[in-house]
Amino acid sequence: MLEPAVWHRLHPLSPFVRAGRATIAIAVVLVPSVLTGRGPSGSGSASELAVVGVLVGLGFVSWLVTRWRIDEDDLRIETGLIRRQSLRFPLAQVQAIDIVRPGLARLFGVAELRLRMAGATGGTARLAYLPARDAEPLRARLLALAHGTTEANAAGEALSPAHGDERVLTSVPTGRLAASILLSDVGFVSVTLLTGLIVAAVVARSAAAAVLGGGAVPILSGVTVVWRRFNQEYRLTLAEAADGLRLRSGLIALTSETIRPGRVQAVRMVEPFLWRRLGWCRLEVDLAGRQRRKGEGEAERKPLRAVLPVGSRELAFELLPRIVPDAPPAELRPPRRVVWKSPLRYRFLAWGRSDTCLVTMSGRIRRVTVWVPLGKAQSFRRVQGPVQRRLRLASVHVDTAGRSVHATLRDRDVVEADEALAELVRLGRAARRAPP
Amino acid sequence: MRRLEVGVVTALAAIGAGVLGSRSSGWVGAISAAVVLAAGVLAEIFVRRRVRAWAYAERDDDLLVRRGVLFSRLSVVPYGRMQFIDVTAGPIERSFGLATVRLHTAAAASDARIPGLSREEAGRLRDRLAELGEAQAAGL
Repeated sequence: MLEPAVWHRLHPLSPFVRAGRATIAIAVVLVPSVLTGRGPSGSGSASELAVVGVLVGLGFVSWLVTRWRIDEDDLRIETGLIRRQSLRFPLAQVQAIDIVRPGLARLFGVAELRLRMAGATGGTARLAYLPARDAEPLRARLLALAHGTTEANAAGEALSPAHGDERVLTSVPTGRLAASILLSDVGFVSVTLLTGLIVAAVVARSAAAAVLGGGAVPILSGVTVVWRRFNQEYRLTLAEAADGLRLRSGLIALTSETIRPGRVQAVRMVEPFLWRRLGWCRLEVDLAGRQRRKGEGEAERKPLRAVLPVGSRELAFELLPRIVPDAPPAELRPPRRVVWKSPLRYRFLAWGRSDTCLVTMSGRIRRVTVWVPLGKAQSFRRVQGPVQRRLRLASVHVDTAGRSVHATLRDRDVVEADEALAELVRLGRAARRAPP
Repeated sequence: MRRLEVGVVTALAAIGAGVLGSRSSGWVGAISAAVVLAAGVLAEIFVRRRVRAWAYAERDDDLLVRRGVLFSRLSVVPYGRMQFIDVTAGPIERSFGLATVRLHTAAAASDARIPGLSREEAGRLRDRLAELGEAQAAGL
């Protein structure tokens, strides 16, 4: 266990791990040329070595000048040689603490600790990298301190949630994940392309070469997307613990994060066309304070986090109450005349509400259901276009923080829309006043 | 509620363009001038309707902003959800002594913009909203 009140350095291997793929690339380029004694261009190997030396030196310096410590209720990080930076993160404002371990980090036995802070700009404190065995205790300790300061009492130790007391809610089987990705839009396209290519290669070599020349980039990017999703969501496990829901996933890069209750801005359930036959769906949550920032991985850039990458509807509805309390079913259907305005959407349109939560359902080909806790609604809008006016319809939008999820009561009768708007505004006010 | 004025400028510009068009001699000039003028009048009518539809109301707990003729929108922004308030005035607005007040929430989609307020009114609204926002601020 790390002593709290003194300055610590990061793991000495951090610069190498942070350089990530670049390190591997350099090694791949360098090792053969050094071993065989002849570079790609004669005297080139010497200058290459110099460049690598400089990079290693820079990495070492950056490691040397970076240090961190836990003050009473702050995490302080000092970094930078020329432009010295001293960062202070008040623990009371921590939204969540994630442990991230990319492939290389696992190889070297280190882990990155990432503290997500509250606030619109959502700063992130990164401790990259710590020895892996220290990461988990440190996270528990920081979380305990955060709770201790928010709940305004006591030593953090007492509140520290033991790692053992979590209850696994669900885990996604690998076979089903693979199947679901193959049946998703991206997966479907890339598989079709690949099989087409193989068939072409068997039938006529020259044709295959031509296709490969023209379509290599899209095929590659498709495969990358598929791989990334698989890697990220491999063996995703959702568990319930005292400090919120815990998510763990990853094939090569491991992530583990905690979703604190009351931080969920919206929940979205997506049922793509091909999945619906199988009764599958995908459950995603939208969290506060997740902006696109430089230097963050793919998983963090996405504001939505899949809680359940693929699962049956029953399972999703089982999980739902643990994420948003008091979630209502969507059962209010729009008037019949909406068929003329949204022929494809009509099948799915519906909404419903309870005293603290709103649900809307929409989608043309895939069905999208959105739950929004009314206390989290940022603003309400009633919009009426020319076609809607003719049909005496209107839509009510409920905006949530961020830009990824929208709950829309699409195409309701004008009277109903007005009533719903007034009602939602009132309920939203009540929900804000009485925080759970 | 309060009426807003934005569009006079566009109408002036349209008429000016018409005058310019008539300078080039002959039929073509006259016709083009008439067309531009008609377009200007039409634009003026549209803008006037648009301006007339734009309105706001301060309620106890939230601000209402209504706008749009063809697409009518009514936004309700609770004071407690406001992140910050912008008051901007471009060069044209400034020459007429006007300003635009804009409310921002944590949601990217919420769009509450009130253009064409007199400068004093804009200042008053900003201060009042800031005050109310502070009193009712709620965490995310």
